[in-house]
Amino acid sequence: MAKGTLEFERPIIELEQKIEEMRKYADNLDIADEIGTLEKKVDQLRESIFTNLTRWQRVQLARHPDRPYTLDYVGMIMKDFVELHGDRRYADDKAVVGGFASLEGRTVMLIGQQKGRDTKSNLYRNFGMMNPEGYRKALRLMQLAARFGKPVITFLDTPGAYPGIGAEERGQAEAIARNLFEMSHLPVPIVATIIGEGASGGALGIGIGDRILMMENAWYSVIAPESCSSILWRSWDYKEQAAEALKLTAQDLVEQGIVDRVIAEPIGGAHRNPQKAASILKDVLIEEIDGLAKITPDKLIKKRIEKFSKMGAWKE
Amino acid sequence: MPWFRRSKQNIIAEGPKKEIPDGLWTKCNGCGEIIHRKQLEQNFFVCPKCQTHFRIGSKEYFEILLDRGSFKEMDKKMRSADPLDFKDTKPYSDRIKDTIKKTGLNDAVRTGTAAIDNHPVVIACMDFGFIGGSMGSVVGEKIARAIDKARKTERPLIIISSSGGARMMEAALSLMQLAKTSAKLAQLSDSGVPFFSILTDPTTGGVTASYAMLGDINIAEPGALIGFAGPRVIKQTIGKDLPKGFQRSEFLLEKGFVDMIVHRREMRSTLSRLLHLFQN
Repeated sequence: MAKGTLEFERPIIELEQKIEEMRKYADNLDIADEIGTLEKKVDQLRESIFTNLTRWQRVQLARHPDRPYTLDYVGMIMKDFVELHGDRRYADDKAVVGGFASLEGRTVMLIGQQKGRDTKSNLYRNFGMMNPEGYRKALRLMQLAARFGKPVITFLDTPGAYPGIGAEERGQAEAIARNLFEMSHLPVPIVATIIGEGASGGALGIGIGDRILMMENAWYSVIAPESCSSILWRSWDYKEQAAEALKLTAQDLVEQGIVDRVIAEPIGGAHRNPQKAASILKDVLIEEIDGLAKITPDKLIKKRIEKFSKMGAWKE
Repeated sequence: MPWFRRSKQNIIAEGPKKEIPDGLWTKCNGCGEIIHRKQLEQNFFVCPKCQTHFRIGSKEYFEILLDRGSFKEMDKKMRSADPLDFKDTKPYSDRIKDTIKKTGLNDAVRTGTAAIDNHPVVIACMDFGFIGGSMGSVVGEKIARAIDKARKTERPLIIISSSGGARMMEAALSLMQLAKTSAKLAQLSDSGVPFFSILTDPTTGGVTASYAMLGDINIAEPGALIGFAGPRVIKQTIGKDLPKGFQRSEFLLEKGFVDMIVHRREMRSTLSRLLHLFQN
């Protein structure tokens, strides 16, 4: 079984392997019909599994080690990406990347959380967990974009802000709070997309926008299901129940009035066909950026603040 | 086999320490001093011996800070709607009902207009006793409305925080309250109305990562735990013991994240002085 195969994908992979074997050993035999039927069966199986995913299964897809990350998408949908480094105060945080790029001729500021794919790159990227200097780098780049009237695109994909001694010493909470504050009245369009894991304040720290988009198999919540389980159930074993209770999928967040639009993924998840996932994402981003381009900065800010002011549910 | 063995029980019995009942006498968590309730009240709920600041609720704080009879509460009846129909070991709606009954509060913050030394203000104070002072939709909305009130009436805003962070039972909706309150504060700041943030023990998580850290002036009570991640989580992540005094007010002052540490006894006069300076 290939590395990174999820439990619920197993029946599909097994059937696919069977077809592969049949092809290999059946050069002379005329079993094309049989293979055709099996292929149809695989498609049906995939369809039925992936249209009925549980919330926990989506969390697993969002964390799939082959899932495209920020820099993968940048490579597939943008041109002339010029990465910019550092917060000009302390350091360059590698858990977040940012810089100017061209999206079909439009210059945009792209900022995204970046995970690694193996141990070495994960250590380099700190598993996509930002430190205060990361939030400050992101803010510096957004304000740079604002000075030159360029729209900002952010990609959210983090298991959380880094909980370390240095992070606290350098004001993790202040850095996130400052970003929420400054992004609220940034005078250029901001489109934020949750592409993988949207874990709490660490993700939200670059997640304020005029439009909030979310990929079909991403998750976004106040806490990861495992941590929620450990706190509320006092055990790590209730992550499935916690994921259900948190209602953390893209569709859930649309229903809660938080996410504006779900971005479809190829069947089986973005990692099954990254090119296709990227091309869908690209079309949506162009449409959203163009839609916001006509709005004046004052109106943009006013509407953005109103948008977040409406979120929540209470009784009076 | 040891040669000698204690035949009687230890003098100091191990096992859970006895809690002193909520009566006339209170034991100080800092130094163990037994203090009479009256004496504690007169001393602003601060231990007279070691100056440990006891956790207090909005009722006590308003009495300490505000001009007598000046407080007019806003949105008093607002309650959680349990939007996600959340259930862990207990349904969230039951948890809310029980906590309302137990505390006599409707949620973890109270807001209103008031006066301090005749200076009109808008004030909010969190109650840690209500589900750990956690911020869900109600806290976010009440804070947002208090900010709006301050902006529209041009009264300085004071928020006293004590919170474990965002409320898990409202999931992403709780998270969005960080965004909502910070966006409202950006608006307040743009219209030139000052905001004083008072951080008390403990202020962590989502509240620190939004309004508590965004004061034009940040004031901490002595010895308060203030941070983003809780100490337990950090210890678990790095696998080492945390340095002494880590994430306490004095540490934050040293690192440059609060303007001053003010003893509860001096809080009212400090605010009065600041309000006066901003006004003239």
